[in-house]
Amino acid sequence: MAGLELLSDQGYRVDGRRAGELRKIQARMGVFAQADGSAYIEQGNTKALAVVYGPHEIRGSRARALPDRALVNCQYSSATFSTGERKRRPHGDRKSCEMGLQLRQTFEAAILTQLHPRSQIDIYVQVLQADGGTYAACVNAATLAVLDAGIPMRDFVCACSAGFVDGTALADLSHVEEATGGPQLALALLPASGQIALLEMDARLHEDHLEQVLEAAARASRDVHTVLDRVVRQHVQEASVLLGD
Amino acid sequence: EDLRVDGRGCEDYRCVEVETDVVSNTSGSARVKLGHTDILVGVKAEMGTPKLEKPNEGYLEFFVDCSASATPEFEGRGGDDLGTEIANTLYRIFNKSSVDLESLCISPREHCWALYVDVLLLECGGNLFDAISIAVKAALFNTRIPRVRVLEDEEGSKDIELSDDPYDCIQLSVENVPCIVTLCKIGYRHVVDATLQEEACSLASLLVSVTSKGVVTCMRKVGKGSLDPESIFEMLETGKRVGKVLHASLQSILHKEESLGPKRQKVGFLG
Repeated sequence: MAGLELLSDQGYRVDGRRAGELRKIQARMGVFAQADGSAYIEQGNTKALAVVYGPHEIRGSRARALPDRALVNCQYSSATFSTGERKRRPHGDRKSCEMGLQLRQTFEAAILTQLHPRSQIDIYVQVLQADGGTYAACVNAATLAVLDAGIPMRDFVCACSAGFVDGTALADLSHVEEATGGPQLALALLPASGQIALLEMDARLHEDHLEQVLEAAARASRDVHTVLDRVVRQHVQEASVLLGD
Repeated sequence: EDLRVDGRGCEDYRCVEVETDVVSNTSGSARVKLGHTDILVGVKAEMGTPKLEKPNEGYLEFFVDCSASATPEFEGRGGDDLGTEIANTLYRIFNKSSVDLESLCISPREHCWALYVDVLLLECGGNLFDAISIAVKAALFNTRIPRVRVLEDEEGSKDIELSDDPYDCIQLSVENVPCIVTLCKIGYRHVVDATLQEEACSLASLLVSVTSKGVVTCMRKVGKGSLDPESIFEMLETGKRVGKVLHASLQSILHKEESLGPKRQKVGFLG
């Protein structure tokens, strides 16, 4: 879009945020009673739902069972009405399959799969409204859902996207900022140890700027961790009040 | 006695939660929570060409996505069968008088509004058809289609102009949109709004699609068992009675929600 300033001279972005500022995050765990674990997250206008089933016996062919750890199975699906233009197929297209594999890679690094050999953990993520940062919202929702299911994890997995405009790194890109075609970095971080579970970047970025963008994404992921931590503690507190402790 | 496992009578519904305008990328949306059944419907209005046999009307397209979050069996293509069955039922219950399709026409034979009604099944706790039809009705009530004008040049080429005010929209009348009432036959009695356990016990069910005036638009028998004609007539009468009550309460809830205006606190999945 010609003439659209992603970063104004005073340092404000299109939606009024600062360069390193995240969008408002609201989350809730235990949305569905029938699933083992579920969570819902809203990052600005991006809404994602994650549901976890497991650990349970391997469905389908028993030959896929791993003798020493659990199999993590992820599906990414975005509703047909989630984007501005109507999507024809919610899942099964190449992008959704790729996202599913990325989510799988992310969570295999975080979930303690050695504790559940020969079983399967299903993580299903549904995007209800897409306004940029869908991968990050999905990872954050899935983390909460896995915690809600009681599956042991090494650490939280917090994700955030970052971009680069006019010499400044931007954190948590919205759809408008993603659509301009600038470099976008998606980062999934395990905050306590600082380990990176997934790092993906599109478009060209000079290697001198990579450090700056990576640092912005890592800082934003840690901020997401603060929010998610608070949500989990609040949920545990509510649950213990209901149980009468 | 008229008592079920959870204390309801044979004609009582579980507590229904309806909320509209949940997703902002749509022209209209609604979320319905009926016990453990959770449905999200989004309606998108797009410009299209009218069908050849109906040049003065717009049209509705239904698509049902059974999400894997309802049950792991729906992963990949597993939910497609159920999805197509529900979509076909929706096509059948909507007939000529349900929605005023002529109001969706912009210029005959050239442009019309196509309403894509997308149903997302998030959690399955029994009685899918009822919940989906309630959600579709609520979403259509919430749909706001932008007003357009057709401008003609001297050469005769037409240009479509969108009005400048984003709130200048046409609203559909959902007076005649039907709702489905599912009646499951368990033993010698029939029940309305069956849970998953009750559905497992019933051999046959009757789907009755009723409008708010009590007119039956479609009837379908589902299930492995068979029904004798007397029970079908009884179930039909119950369906009409229950349907009218359902429509009345749904209309009052939708009007009450709309009267709260844009300042209403949106809850969505966070509440």
